[in-house]
Amino acid sequence: MGTMANAESYILAIGTKKGLWLAHSEDRKEWSLTGPHFLMSEIPSIGIDTRGESPRIMVGVRSEHWGPTVAHSDDLGASWTEPEHGAISFPEDAGAALERVWQIYPDADSRPGVVWAGCEPISVWKSTDGGEHFELNRGLWDHPHRSEWGAGYGGAAAHSIVVDPSGEKVHIAMSTGGVYRSLDGGASWEARNKGISAYFMPDPNPEFGQCVHKIAADAAVDGRLYAQNHHGVYRTDDGGENWESIAEGLPADFGFVMLTHPRRSGTAWVIPLKADGERIPPDARLAVHRTDDAGASWKRLETGLPEREYNAVLRDAASVDTAEPVGVYFGTRGGAVYASADEGESFSEVVSHLPDVLCVRAAVVRGAAAPVPADAAAAPAGG
Amino acid sequence: MVLPGVLQPLAGGQSVLTAPAGGAVTVDALLDAVTGDYPVLARRIRDETGALRRYVNIYVNGEEVRRLRGLETEVAAGQEVVIIQSVAGG
Repeated sequence: MGTMANAESYILAIGTKKGLWLAHSEDRKEWSLTGPHFLMSEIPSIGIDTRGESPRIMVGVRSEHWGPTVAHSDDLGASWTEPEHGAISFPEDAGAALERVWQIYPDADSRPGVVWAGCEPISVWKSTDGGEHFELNRGLWDHPHRSEWGAGYGGAAAHSIVVDPSGEKVHIAMSTGGVYRSLDGGASWEARNKGISAYFMPDPNPEFGQCVHKIAADAAVDGRLYAQNHHGVYRTDDGGENWESIAEGLPADFGFVMLTHPRRSGTAWVIPLKADGERIPPDARLAVHRTDDAGASWKRLETGLPEREYNAVLRDAASVDTAEPVGVYFGTRGGAVYASADEGESFSEVVSHLPDVLCVRAAVVRGAAAPVPADAAAAPAGG
Repeated sequence: MVLPGVLQPLAGGQSVLTAPAGGAVTVDALLDAVTGDYPVLARRIRDETGALRRYVNIYVNGEEVRRLRGLETEVAAGQEVVIIQSVAGG
C-alpha cells in the first residue's frame, strides 16, 4: 500500500503536557511514533492543514517558564518554524498577554490560507497566511459581555470554532461564557445559549455564562450543531437559536469531547464521564458513544478499550480523520492513545504511558512519507 | 547579561549578551538593548505587555529584581545581570 506513489497514509499528532509526538500509519492499526518534539513544553492545540501541497502541522506550544507560542512544520516534524514576532501576540492597546493557544482551526478548502485560533485569555484570532500571523478578532474582544466571562477549571478560553461553508456564519464556544454566533464572518457576535443549562449559576438559564465544553457542526445540515456541555449534551437545528437535550441513552451527560462525521449527517461521537465531581468514565469503563441519528439514540463502543480506566479524556484530546470509513482517535490524561479505523466499532492502542494527552489531530496524507525521527533538539530552543 | 543554556540557541549560541553602557540603565532598557536582534528570545523573557514572565528570574548583584525595583532596577556599567528560570512544574 505504502509503496505506491499515490497511496494514502495517516498521521496522528499527539499533544501532551510534556511535548508532542507524531504517529504514522499505513493502515490505522500499526503505528510508528516519533518524538518528543518540544520536550517539557505543553502542546494544548494542534491543527493539521492538508489544503496545501504538503501538510502543515501547526502547534500551540506553552512553556511554564518561557510562555506560549505557535510553531509550524511543513516537513512532518523534521523542522519547526516560529515566526520571529510570534504568530499570536496581543496588540498593545489590548493590554493583555497571550497565555495559551487552545484551538487551531484550518478553515474550509475554499478559503486556503485561512486559519482560526481560539486562545486564553478568551479571544479569537484569524490568519490569512496559513497560520504564520494571526489578527485579533476585535468584535469579540470588544464585546460588552467580556468582563463577565469567567474561567473554567482549565482557564478562560475560546476553545471551539466552527465556520460554515459560506464563511459568514461562525460559531464559537468558550468556557465559561457559552456559545456565541456571528452572522457576518466574525465582525459581530451574539450569545446563543437558549436551552443550555448553567446549573451552577443562580439563574440556571442565563443568556450567557454557560460552560460549554465543545461544539461541532453536523456534516450536512445547515444550522445543526452538537454541544457537549458541563453536564448536558445538546443539539441545535437553527444555528443556536434553540438547543435541545440529546443526552438520553448516554450513561452520563458530563464530558468534554464532541466530534462529528466529516461527511455523514447525523453522526457524532462523545466520550462520557461520570460527573463534574467524579471525572472518570462511568463505572471506570472507558467507552465512546456514537449517534447516527443526530442524538435520538446512542451506541456504546468499547471494543479494544481497557477494562479499567480512571483517566478523563479532555476536549481536544479526540479527533476524526477524513478517510472512508472515518477514523476516530482519542487520548487520556493517563497518556494512552487509541485509534479506530472503523468509526469507533473497534479500537487499538497507538501508544501508552505518554504524559497527559491534551490534544490529538489526525489527517490523511498523500504518499507514504513518514515523520522522520526527531529529537527535542529539532524544536525551537526554549520552546 | 548571562543567559541560561536553554535560551542560548535563540541568541545565536551566545551565553553572554552585552550592551554599550553610558551609565546606569534599567533592566528593562538593558533587555531592550540586548534582545533587539533576537525577538524570539525577547518574547521568552517578557510577554507582549512588557511584563517579566512569572517563572523567569533576573538577578542583579545576586539579588532577584522582584525584590528590588523589578524591571526598573538599575544596572551600573560593567555589572552582570543573570537570567535563570525558576524551579517550577512537575
